[in-house]
Amino acid sequence: MSELTLMLIKLAFLAVLWLFIIMAVGVIRTDLFGPATSRKRGSARGGRDAGRPRPARPARGRRNEPRSLVVVKGPLAGTTIDLTSQPITIGRAKDSTLVISDDYASGRHARLFPENGRWIVEDLGSTNGTYLGQTRLTRPQPVSIGQPIRIGKTVLELRK
Amino acid sequence: MSEALSTALPPVKRRNAELVMLVFAIGITLFAMVEASLTRNGEMPPNLFLYGGLFGGLSLLAHVFIRFFAPYADPLLLPLATMLNGLGIAMLWRLFEATGDTSRGSAMDQLILTAGSLVVFAAIVFFLKEPRVLQRYPYITALSAVLLLLLPLIPGLGMTINGARQWINLGVTSLQPSEFAKIALVIFLSGYMVTKRDVLSLVSRPLKIGPIKVLELPRMRDTAPMAVMWGFCIIVLVILMNDLGTSLLLFGTFLAMIYVATQRSSWIILGLSAFFGACALLYPFVPHFRTRVITWLDAFNPEVYCTDEILNNSTDAFCVQAGQNSQQLVQGLFAMGEGGILGAGLGGGKPGNVPEVQNDFIFSAFGEELGLTGLMVMLFALALLAQRGMRIALASRELFVKMFASGISFLIAFQSFVVIGGVTRVIPMTGATIPFVAKGGSALLSSWIMLALLIRMSNNARKPAPVAIQDEGATQVISR
Repeated sequence: MSELTLMLIKLAFLAVLWLFIIMAVGVIRTDLFGPATSRKRGSARGGRDAGRPRPARPARGRRNEPRSLVVVKGPLAGTTIDLTSQPITIGRAKDSTLVISDDYASGRHARLFPENGRWIVEDLGSTNGTYLGQTRLTRPQPVSIGQPIRIGKTVLELRK
Repeated sequence: MSEALSTALPPVKRRNAELVMLVFAIGITLFAMVEASLTRNGEMPPNLFLYGGLFGGLSLLAHVFIRFFAPYADPLLLPLATMLNGLGIAMLWRLFEATGDTSRGSAMDQLILTAGSLVVFAAIVFFLKEPRVLQRYPYITALSAVLLLLLPLIPGLGMTINGARQWINLGVTSLQPSEFAKIALVIFLSGYMVTKRDVLSLVSRPLKIGPIKVLELPRMRDTAPMAVMWGFCIIVLVILMNDLGTSLLLFGTFLAMIYVATQRSSWIILGLSAFFGACALLYPFVPHFRTRVITWLDAFNPEVYCTDEILNNSTDAFCVQAGQNSQQLVQGLFAMGEGGILGAGLGGGKPGNVPEVQNDFIFSAFGEELGLTGLMVMLFALALLAQRGMRIALASRELFVKMFASGISFLIAFQSFVVIGGVTRVIPMTGATIPFVAKGGSALLSSWIMLALLIRMSNNARKPAPVAIQDEGATQVISR
């Protein structure tokens, strides 16, 4: 066995050792940034991973997507609702997502729902109306982040 | 609760990642044997397939076992442990089988001990479904830890090897009970901290110098456990048994766990000053402790090293009088220096020059043959093991499991530090073993027991929460 071969074997062994550590750190990476990589792999492999339970974690999609609905004014000020793909109903009715006890609010006052990545607010035929900014809603309109939605004495905003 | 949820790991199994890493680790072991044999003897190792089959088969069995009984366990724990264990076996093979001298130990023995340890590992993963059941008997566990530590003091049963009285003779084999006492102690401390956490962390007395508050000290009566621990570590372990390594390990683990439970630095300051104060006080009075410090600080002195000249001519030199010298330490340092950055290649060095190289100083053998590059890999593997353990502690929901996992991972990290610090002359040589790597059945078995506990805890921390049978209402879902 020549010197050179042994030298190469020695260096190869050290490289293999480091490769092991790098792979181990790669496994940990998935733990830190988890769902992002595993989702990519899941879609690449097709249906194989379909049965795997997805971690409940907010999707890290586009930067400008709102994450929560915040009550900024009114008796419920400070309340936040995390936005999911489900629509949010607002009103005095007990089964609304956001129940507001406000004399100026109707039982089923307004509805917020996502469409193509944007959130749309729709007045559900309330008595006193829903205001987006200064204007009263007549038809469903998209809401941008920070735009105030007023229902009676309550003001809501979408936040990132 | 929301905090606990946010730190929980996503419920993914990742068993295939584990399998890939495990096969890689087995490959590293065999590669190491091939390299050692080619470099040293110029031929392929004669029984490579025997070792490969046994070691690979055993670790793959462990993997299959985890696949069935702990499917959500952390995917890195088993491969990292296998890699360290395999490197240890390969190095022992290179030290003994490859040189044809198996009188002081052999890789086959180590392999058989690994097999035995893996059986215990499987038994723990299988039977201990919920680690919290260990919380039930903290004081009995503490008592058994103390008894285990004291066993070597019983005349007739205890054995003194290399100056430390930490072995018991079981006829067919000898055992180092302190290795298991550590784990029992971590169990006790976890249970104890869970019940006493509030008292230890909240009640305090400010220590003032003039109007300035310097430190928040715990109340006198709350320091009782620390005093007991301190007294035990100092009196029994250092004075009676000359077991510095275990003493340092136990007290360090105790301090770390009390810090994890209370987040108060005053405990650390108090504990460290008590420990080092006691060491300084003991220094003039306990000869074997003094010997250890001198061989550490003054290792390169010819009188301490015991050169032949000194040995033949002088009768009052330090090493003649103490009966101890620093040859092992200094030769180990030379060996590591010889290795340099890339090392001499497995089989290319002369690790046999270091006395007792198969125990703690296996690290210097690695340093000589793999160089700094290889040593960093071993340190990385140990650090990752400890990191995974801490991650399990973060992800667990129960306080006891949090304490337990952090205690065990601290133990792994600290034990590595104590050994490697001793070999590299950062701290005095104490006589502990690198987890998974060094020769010795007790150390190997206790390492695999710790790994089994971590695997079980990580499985429980990562598995998805049970699904409620009905969406709303008062139905409580209890996981079992």
